[in-house]
Amino acid sequence: MLWIAIRMLTGDAQKFYGLVFGIAFSTLLITQQLTIFVNLIERGASGVYNVSSADVWVMDPVSRTSDVAYALPSTALDKVRSVPGVEWAVPHIRAQASVRTKDGDLEGVAVIGVDDATLIGLPKRMLEGSSDVLSRPDSVIIDDVGTTRMFPGQSPIGERLELNDQRAVIRGIADAIPSFTSTVVLYTKYSQALNYVPGTRNRLSFVLVGAEDPMQAKALSERIERETGLKARTRDEFAQDGIDFIIENTGIPLNFGITVALGFIVGVAIVGLTFSLFIRDNIKQFGALKAIGVTNRKIRRMVAVQAGLVGLVGYGLGVIGTVFFIWGFSSNPTFKGFYIPWQIPLVSLVAVFLILALTGWLALRNVLKTEPASVFR
Amino acid sequence: MGTPIDTSAIGGCKPEAAICTRGVTRDFQAGQQTITVLHGIDLDIRAGELTFLVGESGSGKTTLISIMCGILWPTLGEVKVFGTDIYELGDTELVEFRLQNIGFIFQQYNLIPSIDAANNAAVPLIAQGMDRLEAREKAVAMLKKLNIADQADKLPRQLSGGQQQRVAIARALVHEPRLVVCDEPTAALDASSGRRVMDLLRDVAVAEDRACIIVTHDNRIFDLADRILVLEDGRITHDGTDVPEGH
Repeated sequence: MLWIAIRMLTGDAQKFYGLVFGIAFSTLLITQQLTIFVNLIERGASGVYNVSSADVWVMDPVSRTSDVAYALPSTALDKVRSVPGVEWAVPHIRAQASVRTKDGDLEGVAVIGVDDATLIGLPKRMLEGSSDVLSRPDSVIIDDVGTTRMFPGQSPIGERLELNDQRAVIRGIADAIPSFTSTVVLYTKYSQALNYVPGTRNRLSFVLVGAEDPMQAKALSERIERETGLKARTRDEFAQDGIDFIIENTGIPLNFGITVALGFIVGVAIVGLTFSLFIRDNIKQFGALKAIGVTNRKIRRMVAVQAGLVGLVGYGLGVIGTVFFIWGFSSNPTFKGFYIPWQIPLVSLVAVFLILALTGWLALRNVLKTEPASVFR
Repeated sequence: MGTPIDTSAIGGCKPEAAICTRGVTRDFQAGQQTITVLHGIDLDIRAGELTFLVGESGSGKTTLISIMCGILWPTLGEVKVFGTDIYELGDTELVEFRLQNIGFIFQQYNLIPSIDAANNAAVPLIAQGMDRLEAREKAVAMLKKLNIADQADKLPRQLSGGQQQRVAIARALVHEPRLVVCDEPTAALDASSGRRVMDLLRDVAVAEDRACIIVTHDNRIFDLADRILVLEDGRITHDGTDVPEGH
């Protein structure tokens, strides 16, 4: 009977494709929007992810994320270094600045000053040049998103910039995870960054800490807090802080939530309507099957198989569509590093299941309510 | 010509009766009003006979036939089909009973449009759990009996009305049911096709151990009946081998 159910469904090509389209569209909308949402909010933690060697971030107690930080006095560095369990501690500065290109354009940039001696604070991978270039005077390393935005179609190496009235020369390109706002990032030495960033008394944004035992990073952060009065967060905690900040302070979750909900509603509407039409068109056949001696249990299984087939094909197409979307835009800086977390297809699968369960149940009700005797009318 | 009979004194069911109804009454609710469509029908249908059930629209033919084949519960009364009190069976048992013992031929055929003639005819066997290919083979054999085996691979929409009706007959007979119930089998056919279908039905559906009931008001085929029952306002008013005048 299940074979008959499938043939009944696929035999009506228009409705079959309509159902598959409904599910595929819903899956695409839900999966794609959730993927963009998750990747976008994860960018709130890009500052942390780009500095993979730091086990603990130490900051002023009012600082919240890598981009929302209140400056520390320079003495904080020594305080942190004196805490037992700290293997190393280096200064880290993150500040905003304006840059004027040689064409006269003005661009807001983030200046990140990394430790002069160890260069801790730089992204791990370089796309062009090496981190050593920072030892040359006025050197900066630009991130790849900045390259695309400020120097589309050309190499930025050797380009001179006017950075807060100071000269800066781009000598390398870093492979970095873009920030939430895709701001251009310029990496330079800490001492050089102090020149680029207009002076206030305190300019040290963070102290980056390496733990003697990285497995005990949490305990170390608590000890640093206790002994210095500063705020200390492990790498994972601070990454999560960045994500939470975006969730709490932007309308992004609501906007994406609305789109995901619309995807679900559109799915229910298209699939529900088409499924109902399909059942209505076949109600006489279902009635005849019931009269002949097909039990309600078998009818339920037939409708379940029909829903399952539509779900499988539609869901597959929707997920493939999302993969193609992400792959197609992967060269665009906005989508750099985007990936589909395994939980998202699972969420879409649950949504598809709910859509089909709801619409299938509504359609099935009509079949089950149909009296076999109606075939004689 | 037969005469109206008083069926109220029939008493218990005869063991040889294929179908036996006693005191079958059926009410329908229409808003606040209760409409009685069948008034205590007592009836014995014999095996080996082609029995016609005739009457005006609204006389209760469809209701009676639906009750006799176990797809509509009577308000009162009992129905035995080959000795089984079908409304004493549980829901699933009754469905299973229909699947094993009753073949249906509907006025609109109700073939599944997306499967071919052979698979349509095989539906009862597939529903019984038979392997699809084996069921199809048996269905093709039945189509052959009905002289339509050459159309086995065609979809219903590729067949004429008469051919579709033959496929419907094949579907009704493929699982060798003991009772065949037909609702207006010739209504959608022209006179010659209708007659051919009825001849076929007589050949394949009527046997010593098998009963066939046909609901019809097609007077072109009345002469093919072994027995004609006339239903008027929910009561059997005539039982004979021909139809009273005016029908």
